Amino acid sequence: MAISMTEAAAERVKKFLEQRGKGVGLRLGVKTMGCSGMGYVIEFADEVDETDEVFEQHDVKVIIDAKSLVYLDGTEVDYTKEGLNEGFKFINPNEKDSCGCGESFTV
Amino acid sequence: MALLQISEPGMTTAPHQHRLAAGIDLGTTNSLIATVRSGSADTLADEKGEHLLPSIIHYAENDIVEVGESAKEKALEDPMNTLASVKRLMGRGTEDLTTLGGHLPYDFADTESSVPRIKTRAGEVSAIEASAEILRVLKARAEKTLGDDLSGVVITVPAYFDDAQREATRDAAKLANLNVYRLINEPTAAAIAYGLDQKAEGVIAVYDLGGGTFDVSILRLSKGVFEVLATGGNSALGGDDFDHAIAQWVLEQAQLENTNDQKLLRRALTTAREAKEALTGQEQVKINLGGWEGELSRTTFNQLIDSLVKKTLMACRRSLRDASLEKDQIINVVMVGGSTRVPYVREKVAEFFEKEPLVNIDPDRVVAIGAAQQADVLAGNKPDDEMLLLDVIPLSLGLEMMGGLVEKVISRNTTIPITRAQEFTTFKDGQTALSIHVLQGERETVESNRSLGKFVLRNIPPMVAGAARIKVIFQVDADGLLSVSAEEATTGTKSQIEIKPSYGLTDVEIEGMLRDSIENAKADMEIRSLREQQVEADRSMEALDAAMKQDESTLLSEEERQRLLAARESLAVVRSTSEHSEEIKAAIKAMEKAADFYVERRMNSSVREAMSGHNVDEF
Repeated sequence: MAISMTEAAAERVKKFLEQRGKGVGLRLGVKTMGCSGMGYVIEFADEVDETDEVFEQHDVKVIIDAKSLVYLDGTEVDYTKEGLNEGFKFINPNEKDSCGCGESFTV
Repeated sequence: MALLQISEPGMTTAPHQHRLAAGIDLGTTNSLIATVRSGSADTLADEKGEHLLPSIIHYAENDIVEVGESAKEKALEDPMNTLASVKRLMGRGTEDLTTLGGHLPYDFADTESSVPRIKTRAGEVSAIEASAEILRVLKARAEKTLGDDLSGVVITVPAYFDDAQREATRDAAKLANLNVYRLINEPTAAAIAYGLDQKAEGVIAVYDLGGGTFDVSILRLSKGVFEVLATGGNSALGGDDFDHAIAQWVLEQAQLENTNDQKLLRRALTTAREAKEALTGQEQVKINLGGWEGELSRTTFNQLIDSLVKKTLMACRRSLRDASLEKDQIINVVMVGGSTRVPYVREKVAEFFEKEPLVNIDPDRVVAIGAAQQADVLAGNKPDDEMLLLDVIPLSLGLEMMGGLVEKVISRNTTIPITRAQEFTTFKDGQTALSIHVLQGERETVESNRSLGKFVLRNIPPMVAGAARIKVIFQVDADGLLSVSAEEATTGTKSQIEIKPSYGLTDVEIEGMLRDSIENAKADMEIRSLREQQVEADRSMEALDAAMKQDESTLLSEEERQRLLAARESLAVVRSTSEHSEEIKAAIKAMEKAADFYVERRMNSSVREAMSGHNVDEF
């Protein structure tokens, strides 16, 4: 099981962590919420729990709890710009369906 | 697939529940909007990549309103329909126009309204409406960038803005359909951007040299609260004056100083601005104007602006004096405004304050960035323990008690938002209404404090004095808006009012009120104890009256009755004539002593009454 991150995304995460001044990496996960079942969690991580899986790529630690990993296996995280808007994007092969806006999904 | 931003640990929002917040620097010359994304704050650019939005509004044909660069271009060809620097008019009345009108070349309408209105193609426009146009453009930019509606904004205002000017800013936001979390002072926002609110306590100077205005603020940070100690500046001094100084020099060098050619003069100004900006990075710059070619060195430039820079330092000195501080008490100097990029300005400021000023955040954007950080916290995107506490109540808030005394409910310097509840009760038997008088100030008596408002709680069920339980809740929101509500516990009867506590009070008045309270502390304490004893005397006499009315015929002989009335009378005399709480206290004691036998007799009689018709076994 693995999670990957594009170099663009990793560069951003590094920059944001640096500006924040603390944190060990990026925590990804899923939460049951939203209009279409589940929503993505993307947060700064201040600590790593025993049950967490850690993937390191482009010098950035991606931390995921074991439960979320099932839903996120094979996901690639990218950073893109769309018009004036920019942000992180989850490219998740497990995603079967998502709501119109793409903020929540089902597997 | 939507684009996501990194949240703080545990602060991920549910889809579509984003708390998007922004900070807005609504400036005299330029305005900006900033937001926090993935934990870092930055200003937002428009489609052309421009962050600064010139604060200029052009009312074009066909009801088209242009804001920003395109409006700025119309300033020369259509000056009467192009409004600039409207911030100078915010919250000002028509009567202020005579002092401000000099440099505002508009056609003001004669109106009955107290707010000045400018005649334009689109009708008469107030500064509030014009500012709302700027805010609308910034709002649209942010929503386009963030992909969703803004939940709220923090807007910055100069530290010297009074209530009317702040209220006008808030009204402009309302017109632009923005939810304002809070207005914060520009220097405070700059200090937040540098993270000074998280640092050691101390005094900070904020030196803000913009295009057309200069402000200096002295702030004290303690326990996460910024207090403005002094402000100063010059509303007609800024980077534009640097341009004029250079343009003048160039025209003299080119022997064109007497020209009336408007086009040439404008070109001279543009050339001057370019030269000024170039001199930030290099020692000299080539200048070309109307066939004249020459060089301007940084040394010459420094000489040209020396007197202007000195003026700003004089204002700094004055502000320090106003705050009763010495230079070495300033722990940090924050630079704000595009003109602080000029190396000579930095050098002189460093020399004056004897320390290197903070310059590493873009001085044009630093205020908006600080405002965005504050907005992010207020929107609830940060854990509570990182909550910034910024505003305090300048004066205590309280209620009128019996005897014209004031009971403080929230004391001064309490950080807001805050809610405090206090329980009160009735004073008389069968009392069915309670008048609630809300006061502001540090003194002990009603007449020495400022009345904020009154309301009456009615429909209290008749009960004996002291039995009713009335909960009075004081709530001050993040904007300093006070609402006071009163509720009677048994029936749930409720009543309330909303008040703007600082309304109409200037810093000088607040300071005066504080000084009074200190100078009069001892006198106030004496008055307080006197009033307390007077209230106590009234209460004792009323209790006696109520009792005698009930059972004097059955329990008292005529001689005893006369004796009690005499004791009551002597207390009444002392109560109304004495200036000393101790005397009244003694008189109350005397009357109570005289009535001791009666109290005892009443108790026995009520016990007997309660037991009559029952036998002892039943108890």
